[in-house]
Parts: sequence; structure tokens; C-alpha cells
Amino acid sequence: MYIYDDIDQRIVDERVAQYRDQTRRYLAGELSDDEFRPLRLQNGLYIQRHAPMLRIAIPYGLLASRQLRKLAHIARVYDRGYSHFSTRQNVQFNWPALERVPDILAELATVQMHGIQTSGSCVRNITTDQFAGVAPDEVVDARPYAEILRQWSTFHPEFAYLPRKFKIAVNGAESDRAIIQMHDIGLGFYLDEQGEVALEIWVGGGMGRTPAIGAMIRKHLPWQHALSYCEAILRVYNRYGRRDNAFKARIKILVKALGAEEFARQVEAEWAQIKDGPSTITQEELDRVASFFRNRTYETLSDDVPAFNEKLASDKAFANWVKRNVHAHKVPGYRAVTLSLKPTGTAPGDATADQMDSVAFLADRYSFGELRVSHEQNLILADVKKSDLYQLWQEAVRVGFATPNIGLLTDIICCPGGDFCSLANAKSIPIAQAIQQKFDDLDYLHDIGDLDLNISGCMNSCGHHHVGHIGVLGVDKDGSEWYQITIGGNQGNSASIGTVIGPSFAADEVPGVVEKLIETYIEQRTDEERFIDTVRRIGVAPFKEHVYGEKKEAAHV
Amino acid sequence: MSKLIRNNAIVQDDWAVVQLASPAEETVRKQAGKVVIFKLTGEQAASAEQIAGTNIPPGGKVIVPLAVWQARKEELAPRLAAGEVGLWLETFELVEDLVASVPDLNSLPVIAVHFPRPVDGRGFTIATMLRTRFGYRNEIRAIGDVLRDQLFYMKRCGFNAYAIRADRSAEEALASLRDFSEPYQGAVDNPLPVWRRHARVAAAHAVTVGRTPASHEDEVD
Repeated sequence: MYIYDDIDQRIVDERVAQYRDQTRRYLAGELSDDEFRPLRLQNGLYIQRHAPMLRIAIPYGLLASRQLRKLAHIARVYDRGYSHFSTRQNVQFNWPALERVPDILAELATVQMHGIQTSGSCVRNITTDQFAGVAPDEVVDARPYAEILRQWSTFHPEFAYLPRKFKIAVNGAESDRAIIQMHDIGLGFYLDEQGEVALEIWVGGGMGRTPAIGAMIRKHLPWQHALSYCEAILRVYNRYGRRDNAFKARIKILVKALGAEEFARQVEAEWAQIKDGPSTITQEELDRVASFFRNRTYETLSDDVPAFNEKLASDKAFANWVKRNVHAHKVPGYRAVTLSLKPTGTAPGDATADQMDSVAFLADRYSFGELRVSHEQNLILADVKKSDLYQLWQEAVRVGFATPNIGLLTDIICCPGGDFCSLANAKSIPIAQAIQQKFDDLDYLHDIGDLDLNISGCMNSCGHHHVGHIGVLGVDKDGSEWYQITIGGNQGNSASIGTVIGPSFAADEVPGVVEKLIETYIEQRTDEERFIDTVRRIGVAPFKEHVYGEKKEAAHV
Repeated sequence: MSKLIRNNAIVQDDWAVVQLASPAEETVRKQAGKVVIFKLTGEQAASAEQIAGTNIPPGGKVIVPLAVWQARKEELAPRLAAGEVGLWLETFELVEDLVASVPDLNSLPVIAVHFPRPVDGRGFTIATMLRTRFGYRNEIRAIGDVLRDQLFYMKRCGFNAYAIRADRSAEEALASLRDFSEPYQGAVDNPLPVWRRHARVAAAHAVTVGRTPASHEDEVD
């Protein structure tokens, strides 16, 4: 992974000093709430329902064991002994004291971490595929570009106060696991006909109040121009994006208002002015940054491991786990492993300090001391020897992160919701837990198969409900909490936004509704058809009928 | 009276910023009960009555609203020739309109950008474009809600003068111009990104943060 040099370190250290002084001035009454707000937000600090919430960046999801241990330490010393991994490859602390945040950031700086631009109207943490660098279907390892973009966007003086938040995602694999079509900018890396690395540029995707799939505004951009092209997009947005209404301020609204073609024309005109300038990425800089992602020394191993095959045949629990939580790797004899942060009965994405320490230990022992955070809110050990899998599984079971449910119904993406977040209309974690409890029969879960169930506590869509095969959205009606259900959303190459099935439900009805949706699927599916495929084939109507058929009276408008 | 920082020093300001006459009817726009603070890029800044009613001091150096300049050029031309007229624009006005309103942009000794709020980021692009696109070499001044915490970014985008809000210390604000010593990206003040300024360390020479050595190992530091 990328390692700071003196320049990187000084930038983070100077940021801590700057923020320490800003906090001091705020506490001394020299900065008003309104003046302090954008400053603390750009350091990751929200004022929340019970206490501040501090969001720490995990750039493109990559984390070293030593960093994870530091997070565990912060959870113990400054918080209540746990943290929450979010859908944007960030980690959040829910109970820090505002006065102590500069100390937390200073501790993080010692392990090359920070909260810079994890909130506020600026370029946020850049996200990518959790299997970058190891996935067999990867064409270009996009992480060096993500790191170059991270540095470029950090304290970019012109784009620190955009109309609204701005999220960039990059992908270099055939299967898009970074949902690049649902970001303000999505960069898809590929090899062109000459065998050179090139990008396709998606703009104006996003979730939130007005969900939209991005528009591809350029099919081919040589990699050297990644920064200048993003600069052109951001300049057009910074000038013309709406600032009069926060709900209409995202770039997707501008792209819609102008039309993708006109927006692209303006970007091209701007780019023509700055193209080939000093921000053109050099081969030398790319090679330097890329060197940090290539310095793995894999052993030469056979992919045929008889001991593994024996365990697979004799231990059904292990086999279930392998089926769901173990993923292909491009190096023979290695596998990537997802540690599920979704055991039944805990908040999705939460980990205790002890669990974080245990995972850091597993990363050191089995996976080059590194791990990744996925937008599905799980932790990944990306470089595990196939021959170590059985032992790793046993240890993961002890930690409580071996639930074999990756990609299944109970692998729920879920925001912190009304229990923690001041934006939320409704609670989300108890809904997730109730659904997990309803579906605790493992065999039935595996029979249902691949299913993304995503829950957001409000329209801001932190729980990605729009792209869930089943999406649950908390809504507020006359001061009480209701839940709207969508089906047919999807992430990845064939991204789609879910359709609302009808009037919303009370909290205790939601697990039953999910059950009815599943029953319809089981009844209607053909062999090998996933839930999403069935929805796409037969449409929403049969699902709707089964859900509302017997409860027309009870349904609420 | 706000205090002026110009080129890293606190100076006496010999320019008067001319304010637009208040509109006859104050129209307050609201959305969901909240006053709309930001205007859309390209909106009209002033009515004909406001422009005609704007009081320009008869002598001395003046920074005039763009809309007033556009409508009252003849009256101001001799003073421009004497180097005593500067222009200011709102963040929602188009920098292209300002450029088109003078035959020689560099005949203006000063262009000011009015920040209605510290977080209206359009001002940063206006300054950047004045410097890099339109070759403006004289003073670019930030006026309005100008606070020390945005100064470093302003400097990087080509501002070189800052009318610090009257209730804040200009001395303390000066220090903020040096908040960061070596920024990553190129900008107006230094177009080179950091990797073109310095030879940076590659993986082979980097100090490890990744793996924590087991207890029997010495930590490489």
C-alpha cells in the first residue's frame, strides 16, 4: 500500500495543527457555529444526535494492520469501544468529544491516517473495488490512479467549497464492484486497442433524493490526462452547479439540467484550455506510486491443495464459508477472504476494539499485514494462502466474523440510522437485525442465494437502498417512522435503480414483507435465476400482489 | 472598516469599494422558509434603477460594481485612464463578462471578488481564471465575508489581497497564509504538482507502516 514520505506526513501534521487551532478558536468563541461548521466537516466531524461523529478516511479501502490497531486504540480511549465501517470505505466513531478530536487526529497522523475531506462540500474519499490488485477479472489496477487522485484532490484550493459533496470512484476490473455509474465521477480503466491504459468517464450518477445513473461523457481518455479532465469537470460544476438549494446542488442535477451532451461539450471546451499542462501525469510519477502496490512477494504455489479439499469435503460449515466468503485470486495458491461484519444481532459494519485487534492479528499472520474495507461494510484479507484457509476460518469463527453470508440476504448494507444520525428519518439497524433474525436458517439463506438487501434511514441513501435488489428506506410521516420498499435495484455493470412496490410499512411489518418478496421469488424463479433476474424478467407486479394482496386494509398510504 | 492584507503585509487601503444602491423593493427569495443566500451563476446583479442610483465618490480610487461599470463606462473612462478605477464582481457574475467589458484587462489596477459567504467556492474559480485564462497581473482582492481559514486557498488561486472582515484580526489572518508548506497539486501560485517540484520516494525506499512486526522482531523504523 502507499506509504507516506516526508511531504505527505508534513501535510497531515500541518492539518492537525491547523484544526487544533480552529477548535481552540471555536471553543474560545472566536469562531461562530456557522464559521466552524465547514472547517470541522472537512476534518470529518459532524455534530450528531447524541454526540459528535468523527469519520476517518480509508483511502480506496486499503488499511494496514497497524492502522487498524490504532483505530482499536482510539475506540477504547476516545470512544465506547467500537467503530462503524461505512459504505464509503470510511470508518466512523460515534462518541468522540469535540475537544479531543484534535488529539485523535494527531494519533491518526502517526499511522498515516486522517479525517481530511471525509465530509463537507468537497472531493471526498475516493473509492474502488475491494479486490483491486488481486481479482482475476482485473484489467488495470486502479489504485495508483486513485492515490494520485487522492493527493491531487487533497486541499485542492479551487474545489474546497463546491456546491455539494463530490464522490469519485474508480474501477479497473471487468465486473464493476465500485459502482462507478452511481458516483459524481466514475472512472472506468481499461486497455485500449493499442494496449494502453485508458479511461471511460461517467458523470452525474448518485443516490440520495434524486437517484440517477451516470452518463458516459467520454469513452476514451489516455491515463495521462486523468487529473486535468477531472479538473475540467469540477470547474464547470463549481461555476454552474446550483448553490441556492442544497437538494439540487449535486452535479447530477446540473448534468440533467444541461443534458449530458451539453455538459460534455462544456467540459471538453474547458479541458481544451488546460490539457497537456503540468498536471499531466508522467510515467515516472505513475511508476513511483504504482511501486507501492506491486511490492508483494507471493510464493510460487500450486493451486491444488489436497488438505484443503479434504476439509471441504468433511466440514460442511467450512464448505459453506468457502462458498460465500472466499474469492478467486489472480495468483495460484492464493485466495481473498471476506470477514463478515454482519453476524445476526449486531449492527452491520460495527466492530469492537477487540475484534479490530484480532483482525489486525489475522492480517499480519495471513495476508501481508494488510486488509481492505468494502462498500458492503465487510473486511477483506486479500492475499491468503489456500493452504491457510482452514486455520484462518477457525480463527475467524472465534472472532465472530465468519458468518458465511457474503452476498446473501443477511449481508445487509445499512447506515447508522436514527439511533445515531441526526439526518435520519427512521431507525435502520433494528430493521436489519429483525430481518437477520427472521432469516437465520443457513440452508434457506444459501438456497435464496445472491441477494443485496440495503437499508437507508433517510433519503441521503448512505445505505445504498436504491441499488439494493431489495431496498428499504426510512421515511417520516407525521412524526412516525415508516419504511418504503423497493425491488429491482442493482449495482455493478448493469446498474439500476429500484422501483417502489407501494405504500410504506411500519417497522415490525418489514421482515414479513421481505419474506413475502422471497416467497414470490422462490415460486417464480427458474433454475440458476437470482432474485434480481426474476424481478427483471417478471416485473414488480407479482411481488406487489403477493405483498399487498392480503393486507390491503392494513397498508398505509 | 476592514483591514487589508496585500502581498503578505497589512497595508493602508487607498481604494474605496463602491456599493450598489439598494433596490427600491427588497425581494427576499425563500425556499422551505429559508432565505436564499446564493444566486445562480449568470443572474443579473442589479436593476437599471440601482445602477443609476449608485453613488460613486467624485474623486479618489474607486472599486466599482461590474454592473455599474458596464452601464456607466463613459462617465468613468477618464478615471480609468488615470488608473483610479477597479472593478468588483459577485461570485454569481460571469468572469467572461468582466473581461469583455474592458479593452485591456490589465488597465484595471484591481479586481475584487465579493464573497457573500466564506463557502461560496465560485470566487476561487473566478480568480483562477483571471490569472490563468485571461492573463490578469494586477491585484485580485477578496472582499465580503473573508476569514482567515479560507486565505490559504485564496492565495493559491491567485488572490493577493484580502479585506479581512472588520471584526477579525488581520495579524492572525496573515499567519494563515502559511498554513501548509508544500501542497500536493499545482495551482495559480505554483502550477507544478508536487512530483514536478521534488524527487519523491518510491516503495523500495519507503519506511514501512504496513505490517506490524511480531514481538520477536525488531521494528524497522
